[in-house]
Amino acid sequence: MPDRVAVRMAGYQRGATVQLIVDGRTIAAHDGEMLAAALMAAGLWRLRTSPRNGTGRGAFCLMGVCQECAIFVDGRLQQACSVEVRDGMHLELRGAP
Amino acid sequence: MVVETDLVVVGAGPAGTSAALAAANAGLGVILIDEAREAGGQVYRAPARTLKASTKTRDRDAVVGVRLRAALDRSSVRFERGLRVWSIGERFRTDTAGPEGVRTFKAPRLIAAGGAFERTVPFPGWTLPGVMGLAAATILLKSEAMLPGRRVVIAGCGPLLAAVAAKVSGGGGDVAAVIDMASRRQWASVMLQLATRFNLLREGAGWVLGLARRRVPIHFASTIRRIDEADGLLSVEIGPVDGKGRARPGRSSLINDVDAVAVGHGLVPGVEITRLAGAAHTYDRLRGGWVPVLDAMGRTTIEGLYAAGDGCGIRGALSAATAGTLAGLAAAGDAGALDPDTLASKSEPQLKEAARLDRFSAAVSDLLALRPGQVADIAPDTVVCRCEDVRRADIDAAIADGAADVNQLKHFTRCGMGPCQGRMCGDVVGELVALHAGSREAAGAWTPRPPLRPVPLADLIGSYSYNDMPIPKPVPL
Repeated sequence: MPDRVAVRMAGYQRGATVQLIVDGRTIAAHDGEMLAAALMAAGLWRLRTSPRNGTGRGAFCLMGVCQECAIFVDGRLQQACSVEVRDGMHLELRGAP
Repeated sequence: MVVETDLVVVGAGPAGTSAALAAANAGLGVILIDEAREAGGQVYRAPARTLKASTKTRDRDAVVGVRLRAALDRSSVRFERGLRVWSIGERFRTDTAGPEGVRTFKAPRLIAAGGAFERTVPFPGWTLPGVMGLAAATILLKSEAMLPGRRVVIAGCGPLLAAVAAKVSGGGGDVAAVIDMASRRQWASVMLQLATRFNLLREGAGWVLGLARRRVPIHFASTIRRIDEADGLLSVEIGPVDGKGRARPGRSSLINDVDAVAVGHGLVPGVEITRLAGAAHTYDRLRGGWVPVLDAMGRTTIEGLYAAGDGCGIRGALSAATAGTLAGLAAAGDAGALDPDTLASKSEPQLKEAARLDRFSAAVSDLLALRPGQVADIAPDTVVCRCEDVRRADIDAAIADGAADVNQLKHFTRCGMGPCQGRMCGDVVGELVALHAGSREAAGAWTPRPPLRPVPLADLIGSYSYNDMPIPKPVPL
């Protein structure tokens, strides 16, 4: 079974390939991409668990409204939909596997 | 430090950018503020900084976006990027937070042009990772040139359905199905009303023909009943609905092995600034929800406060640009930068254009408006407030216990109290309360309070230390 991932379309030039560290594991992404999109492309859909039911949640609106993609970026809680990918970013997901 | 100017414009979409340009051309000092790094809003959103198409784009919105940003660059407007407005104070103190901490602007006039956000009416499984808004899918496709998945279901209502489906399919993705709440008949009536908008029709027809050529199944008068996770993929159950969005008895079918679902049920005007400032609002179902009361130029009921664009009611990007220009002219006129005759002659063609566009946008707004039957149908176990995991049953129980409006409901259940501040669920919760309260007016709207957006406490405090705290001299005994 292929991984469930968001797919970068062909026919575009993208930023340099860089590496991000997500909860200790390394994933590849492109410099300047939207962080939330880069995580989807790496198959990381589940970014946090909900407070009462503990169910998995992922980025939903991608325009800064829903707060579902708020994760720790270099130690600071930020919405992954409003952060650009930079090389060597350290990311901590919130309660996701 | 407070930066003072003649006019602050919040939101750099088509409305805000047009407003800023019109006011600056008339001689006002203008500061334009947006959360994003580039102007354009959502419809004319700039592609990611490092993304370049190998071939020249033919996308109309992309071309308009490039032009809009170029016009802004050439103007005297000071564009403050990447700042979130978290409070609006007295005439008109504008507090923002950004990567470099907090900054404050002040002007005797303010134009609110914050746009809209998307409504998704809850169903079981809408909180699963991989289920996203229709607008979110548009952003992935346009700004990141990324497909939400290899195999995608696209559902909800309005013209974005065909646009997203065409883009996914054209980009090499497999559109498993398009699930449209509107019936063929409803679309036919919209097409009739748009008959003179040849460009729009041609574009829409292009999408639909493209989907037909790729044999994408389109289910009209249908909705997603539920989504489940199965073997790491999504399984989508769909079924028929009536014109009010209520489930009709009848066959439901399953779409399996889906990577991602994009689903959106229209747009809701973002009225936090005009409400926080205390302007009068009215409920307008056709235009998406609560909207500020405005005159034809975009003046609210608060002197010096103007509003334009989808944040005043859903009319689309073309109307937003016109309304923005009018609000910018009004601000300049009221500030004395334009004499009454010049103001009148500059406004006249824009007012005509606004009236013309209004007729067309009503047809599309009707497709996007909240369908009451769809809300009434939300199952008891379905999570309505994503932030706080509040289910329909919790909401109904609170109403039965005496919660008479949305603010009481919030106190009873924490519904709308999470980090999204009730933006995701507010419109649906208002509708649920209205089922008992009798009307949306009786159900009310959340009380707006700063911070309008989550702000890190460390940013607000800045370098302030305990020792900096001013301690008043003790009162002499």
